[in-house]
Amino acid sequence: MMLQCLEMPKPKLPLDSVCPDNGDGASSTADDLSPQTIWMLAVRDDRDKAAFAALFDYFAPRLKGFVMRTGTSAAQAEEIVQDVMLTVWRKSAMFDPHRAQVSAWIYQIARNRHIDIVRKEKRPVPEELAEDPEAEPDASQILAVQQEAGQLKQALAKLKPDQREIIEKAYLGELTHQEISEQTGIPLGTIKSRIRLGLERLRHELSGLRE
Amino acid sequence: MTAITHHIPDSVLAAYAAGNLPHAYSVVVASHVSLCQQCQVALAAHQVVGGAVLEATDSVAVSGSLKSNILAQLDDSFIPEPVYDRSGVYPGPVMAVLKGKPPKWKSLGMGVRQSILSSDENGSVRLLFIPPGQAVPDHSHNGLELTLVLQGSFSDEGGRFGVGDVEVANEDVEHTPIADAGDPCICLAATDAPLRFNAFVPRLLQPLFRI
Repeated sequence: MMLQCLEMPKPKLPLDSVCPDNGDGASSTADDLSPQTIWMLAVRDDRDKAAFAALFDYFAPRLKGFVMRTGTSAAQAEEIVQDVMLTVWRKSAMFDPHRAQVSAWIYQIARNRHIDIVRKEKRPVPEELAEDPEAEPDASQILAVQQEAGQLKQALAKLKPDQREIIEKAYLGELTHQEISEQTGIPLGTIKSRIRLGLERLRHELSGLRE
Repeated sequence: MTAITHHIPDSVLAAYAAGNLPHAYSVVVASHVSLCQQCQVALAAHQVVGGAVLEATDSVAVSGSLKSNILAQLDDSFIPEPVYDRSGVYPGPVMAVLKGKPPKWKSLGMGVRQSILSSDENGSVRLLFIPPGQAVPDHSHNGLELTLVLQGSFSDEGGRFGVGDVEVANEDVEHTPIADAGDPCICLAATDAPLRFNAFVPRLLQPLFRI
């Protein structure tokens, strides 16, 4: 894994310990976490610039491609990428791997910053819930979030090209809510109810742990 | 406190995550999500889909100086954006629009008051204060109307709506919300057009009160 290549300090998670209860009886360790999650936790917990540089190398070109798909010029796309990546660094304390995968968290930052910059308006965001510093990190839950996301990615990849294009357009912000609700025959609902069920289950597990 | 039973429609939540919802609705969505765990989870699911789309996007090479520019800024001091916490019955996103100040109410008669948070050609969002037993003037409207209860409750043709519930009405719905007995009802209402009131007098007052 890339973790070894980069010789990064391990994040402050008891990930070396085996987590016995992740539903399927298998054990999970830090080795199963995605490199992106490990980099992000190193940024959050240790302000690790090498880990940030690794995140930049992975996400910046994707972010630039993503922003340019909405018709934004290359120059402005780079401006937005810069803004997003600095936000990732500055707001890393808000990253909670129990709730969000790194790409999901960066996606939302990218859409928010894009709108703030292009529309010059402040986008309303929900109250932020910083991770409870007293809460014990739970590697099995972090992994479960990652697995759900991985399955979702596979499901997206298997869609017919026209179906995939509509989903991509929706999440690039090119469809209105009416257009999204009018789309029929797209297995978005199926995909989403799957991931929602998974996340619901995780939420129950999480609140059980924290009570 | 009773459980939230009326939620944000999924297409609206998807458009919100993708940043393609007009500002007025976004204030209501962000406020509801701040109160509702179920919609927090549903929003997280949309963010995961968005993250998967981001990761699947073809990369576009960034210019050579972008990374060094960003890395050079990591230690710069910066002014964090103000974070507005909930205040009394008003969720963080409402306090953000109010810039932390209490709402300024204007009387609409019969004890009903409103406070316009923002209003432009894309829609308006306002707080309404309705004493028990009082009706919000009967109105119809263009497009979607979202009404989130922040205190007390109201009932109309669509059922009973308590704290955290959102009533979703479209142009086909003629509804007459009446505040239930108990605490005065305070709600947050967004529409994408100036409201059209059916009663003669309120229509005359419309330009005056901007209702």
